[in-house]
Amino acid sequence: MIDPLFLAEAALNGLLLGGVLALLALGLNLIFGVIDIVWIAYVDLVMICMYAVYFIVQVYGWPIWVGGLASVALGAVLGLGVHLLIISPILTSAPVNQLLATGGLLFFLQSFATFLWTTDHRSVRLTLPRLELFDMPISVARLVAFTLSILVMLGLYLFLTRTYIGTAIRAVSQDREAMALMGANPQRVYLVTSAVGGAMAGVAAALLIIQYAVHPFFGAAFGPITFMICVLGGLGNMVGAFVASFIMSEVIAVSGVIWSTEMGYVIAFVVFIVMIFVRPGGILAKRG
Amino acid sequence: MLEITNVTAGYGAFTALWDVSLRVDAGEAVAVVGPNGAGKTTLMRVISGLIAPRAGALTFEGYPIGGRPAYEIVGRGIAHVPEGRRIFPGLSVADNLKMGAFLPAARRTFAESLTRVYALFPVLAERQKQRAGSLSGGEQQMLAIGRALMSGPRLILLDEPSMGLAPVMVLRLFDLIRRVRQEGYTILVVEQNVRQVLKLVDRAYLLEVGRVKMEGRAEALADQDFVRKAYVGL
Repeated sequence: MIDPLFLAEAALNGLLLGGVLALLALGLNLIFGVIDIVWIAYVDLVMICMYAVYFIVQVYGWPIWVGGLASVALGAVLGLGVHLLIISPILTSAPVNQLLATGGLLFFLQSFATFLWTTDHRSVRLTLPRLELFDMPISVARLVAFTLSILVMLGLYLFLTRTYIGTAIRAVSQDREAMALMGANPQRVYLVTSAVGGAMAGVAAALLIIQYAVHPFFGAAFGPITFMICVLGGLGNMVGAFVASFIMSEVIAVSGVIWSTEMGYVIAFVVFIVMIFVRPGGILAKRG
Repeated sequence: MLEITNVTAGYGAFTALWDVSLRVDAGEAVAVVGPNGAGKTTLMRVISGLIAPRAGALTFEGYPIGGRPAYEIVGRGIAHVPEGRRIFPGLSVADNLKMGAFLPAARRTFAESLTRVYALFPVLAERQKQRAGSLSGGEQQMLAIGRALMSGPRLILLDEPSMGLAPVMVLRLFDLIRRVRQEGYTILVVEQNVRQVLKLVDRAYLLEVGRVKMEGRAEALADQDFVRKAYVGL
């Protein structure tokens, strides 16, 4: 029998991990919902931003918040670049070509990072206070990452519901042609969406580098789980992705302490496959 | 106001409009009628910029608009209420109307436009917080028209406004369109419901397989023998 305290700790860690996963999934889902293209290389953009934070903070000695802001800005620029250089020219071509193009970007970024920075694992070392709750040690880095994730998602929610351009982004995801009739240049809406999605990758990078080491294949570690969450929540469904993030992170964390971390991922994939059969449209999709 | 001269247009290898010429004067209401596949919707899409003409010229208030993108043409003063309404189902009624006023010029007059639209369609004011997708077909059509009015247009293109509505709702809708007209908007309407629409408009064009077959005063067209037989059902 496993100590309930271990389980509670795992559940708490799962919750904290879920925040950052949700941030990744929402960024990817936002872009998919509006532009209808899955950025296979999304988490690899996160990886590039993580390197940026690493160099700014660990190598050049700037404070972490400077690294974080730079990461957000870099993410937005990368998002714009991906849209202008890769997506825009193939916007009307077959979906498989679009997948291949963003998949190609993935291999490019991995190889590029390996070439420049080798395969060494690099991490940002912060001295953070220790925290305990009912005898459970809590990682302050994770707590900070979770809190900021929730705040950023709240900001995204307000942006999408309270501003003209944010509402237009949601409108385009529902009917892009009708939105052109309202006077919105779809290309401009796509650029704003790509920049916002990229900036979210930048936020996620800053929150991940304080918990995990970065290496060129970081995207391979977090990419699949991010896609799974998006599909589980229903592609393009923001609320669904948010809920699915916490389901997946809890599955991974709790089965991780019961069996092992590897087994946690295996179970997460099994849950995913079963859910795809039971609710192919995502957990929040209406039946029938 | 709107002058269309010898326009040819289509999709890919398919040509839907051949050499169509048409005119709408300020303050007028004009109908385009004809069977399915006559090219009526294509004509509307060319005017609002959703597709570019292959040949011919379109001018609106003297400006050439042929081939300009849709988001630019709405700024010139043409609002297109597309076939099938195409409201944003996941947005609230109020947000749909807000999107109608997306252009900076329209945002400046947002409050007045909104008062005007709510006065025309009080049901939209009652349901402003509701998801647009949950409205009835007739209410959705009102929302689509209201959303178009929010851009502050001078010409409104209505594509099959009565499509999919119950007969009672069709009559109400035509009354509402009549009121929109009285507010001073110029209207170009495409409609299957020929009998009703000919009572609403001043002039009409009969389109068949992509060509203008006949044009004239609405009453004159309604009296044409073959129009009566084929479309009015008398």
